[in-house]
Amino acid sequence: MRRLTLFAVLMIAAMILGACAQPAKAPTQASEAATAPAGAKANISIAGSTTVQPLAEKLAGEYMKTTQNVMIDVKGGGSGVGVKSAADGTAMIGMASRKLSDEEKTAHPDLVATVIARDGIALIVHPDVKIENLTLDQARDIFMGKITNWKELGGDDQMIVLVSREEGSGTRTAFQEMVMKKDKDGNENLIADTAILQSSNGAILTTVSSTPYSLGYLSMGYLDATVKALKINDVPANEENAANGSYPVVRPLNFLTKGEPTGIAKAFVDWILSDAGQTIVKADGYIAAK
Amino acid sequence: MKAMRQDRFIVDRGIKYILLVFALISIIVLFLIGFFIFRQSLPALKTIPLGDIFLKTEWRPTMDRFGILAMIVGSVMVTIGSLLLGVPLAIGCAILLAEVAPKPVQEIVRPAVQLLGGIPSVIFGLFGMVVLVPLVRQIKVAGNTGFGLLSASIVLAIMILPTITTIAEDAIRAVPESFRNGSLALGATKWQTITQVVLPSARSGIVAAIILGVGRALGETMAMIMVIGNSVIMPKPLNGNPFTIWLRQARTLTGSIATEINYAAPTHESMLFVIGVVLFILIMIVNVIARSIIRSNKN
Repeated sequence: MRRLTLFAVLMIAAMILGACAQPAKAPTQASEAATAPAGAKANISIAGSTTVQPLAEKLAGEYMKTTQNVMIDVKGGGSGVGVKSAADGTAMIGMASRKLSDEEKTAHPDLVATVIARDGIALIVHPDVKIENLTLDQARDIFMGKITNWKELGGDDQMIVLVSREEGSGTRTAFQEMVMKKDKDGNENLIADTAILQSSNGAILTTVSSTPYSLGYLSMGYLDATVKALKINDVPANEENAANGSYPVVRPLNFLTKGEPTGIAKAFVDWILSDAGQTIVKADGYIAAK
Repeated sequence: MKAMRQDRFIVDRGIKYILLVFALISIIVLFLIGFFIFRQSLPALKTIPLGDIFLKTEWRPTMDRFGILAMIVGSVMVTIGSLLLGVPLAIGCAILLAEVAPKPVQEIVRPAVQLLGGIPSVIFGLFGMVVLVPLVRQIKVAGNTGFGLLSASIVLAIMILPTITTIAEDAIRAVPESFRNGSLALGATKWQTITQVVLPSARSGIVAAIILGVGRALGETMAMIMVIGNSVIMPKPLNGNPFTIWLRQARTLTGSIATEINYAAPTHESMLFVIGVVLFILIMIVNVIARSIIRSNKN
């Protein structure tokens, strides 16, 4: 027993030691990349949204195959990290799967967003649900918890099971911005806290497809036959409608740079926006930038 | 001849120190982890009042609201639920293995239970998500989605089963044979012997087994994320029947860290480390209790 107490005391001592030490600088995902010595190869460091990350990695891989002497380093962290690391220069390029917020624009007026691709967000329901179409306002009211039964929308007398992404997810942030929006006092209309939260597009798909009377949202690239995608304002959710602008819930996937991109970063961005780059974007299930 | 003998002693002493270094490494790693999570949690602890962290239930990191009470309650409730379901099963299984079953049965059941312990937790989660959740959803209560405390408790009960069974079986086996013989000689039946003599004698070991199960339950992450629904709400009954509280979704402490660390901005991230500290302290308390029970009973 005495040895145990000693051990516990030591443990607490270690924690107090930790508490007294200088608080760690919040780790910035891209800091190593930015400070890495430029060797024979020129370095492009990219950090930010985990939604854009797989696409950026794919594009970087292809670009490095065709272009000598360029090393591209892609890191995650989330859209917020993308904005911050582009603004303070820890990454050459930041990634964001949403538009810049007004506060971000005010705080970092010199950030330039380049849309490299776009991505639609689809509202999906379990195939049981008889509803085919929702207006944006209905979708908002459902996710706010104001409409709780399919009956109120002309469907069966069943509770609506909400499925959402976790706080901080780029998809959730984009959904919040484009569907939930703010009330007239400028407060965000919050997604009901009773919603089931899943932490990836894949988990959302599994949950909605296996839960009767559920409603969720996910990146359009993940749609498959196990769920039913709802029309929004009578526009079917497909890539064509998202590309021509008639589908209302489309978010830009952005590359952020401090000022217009220059040098090797510019060459990379230009290549992405060229036909070669955009072909890869489309092959990956995203919508071309223009 | 003499030189050779000295060589042997040098090797002997060398090995002793090498083993000491190995042992120290694991302790050092433990201290480093404690040090690190505490340091990373400091920015949040400094900027957010403790009352707002531990006494509030609203968790909206994007709006700077960081109440973790609902998660603590979620973790504790799912742990209690898994114990209610898992402990009787595990103790029963341990009694069977140690006292009742003939050798051939033991040789089938024991490896099966141990195998259960080797299954990765994500597999349990998958099983829970596609099999258990639809089953639980069959309970006809408005608002029951299948995702929630009940499904999570069942999955967790299965996961802590091997831990508790194995340690409890060892504890029961450690009861001296003379106790049993004495009891039987006094005319007690086999069942009376088990419940009146063997189990009380093995009590400290069984309690320790259960508490180690608690530690496992508190720390489980992946399977919980997949079946518990992850909504950050204080669990409350779905209707007038208090048992429907088990059909409510909840969030565990571990689940928050795992789902949100990828997106977390600085304060949010530091707050996730605060959750880590809370878990660390909870697990330490659980282990200290387990060990002190074992020791106090030995004395």
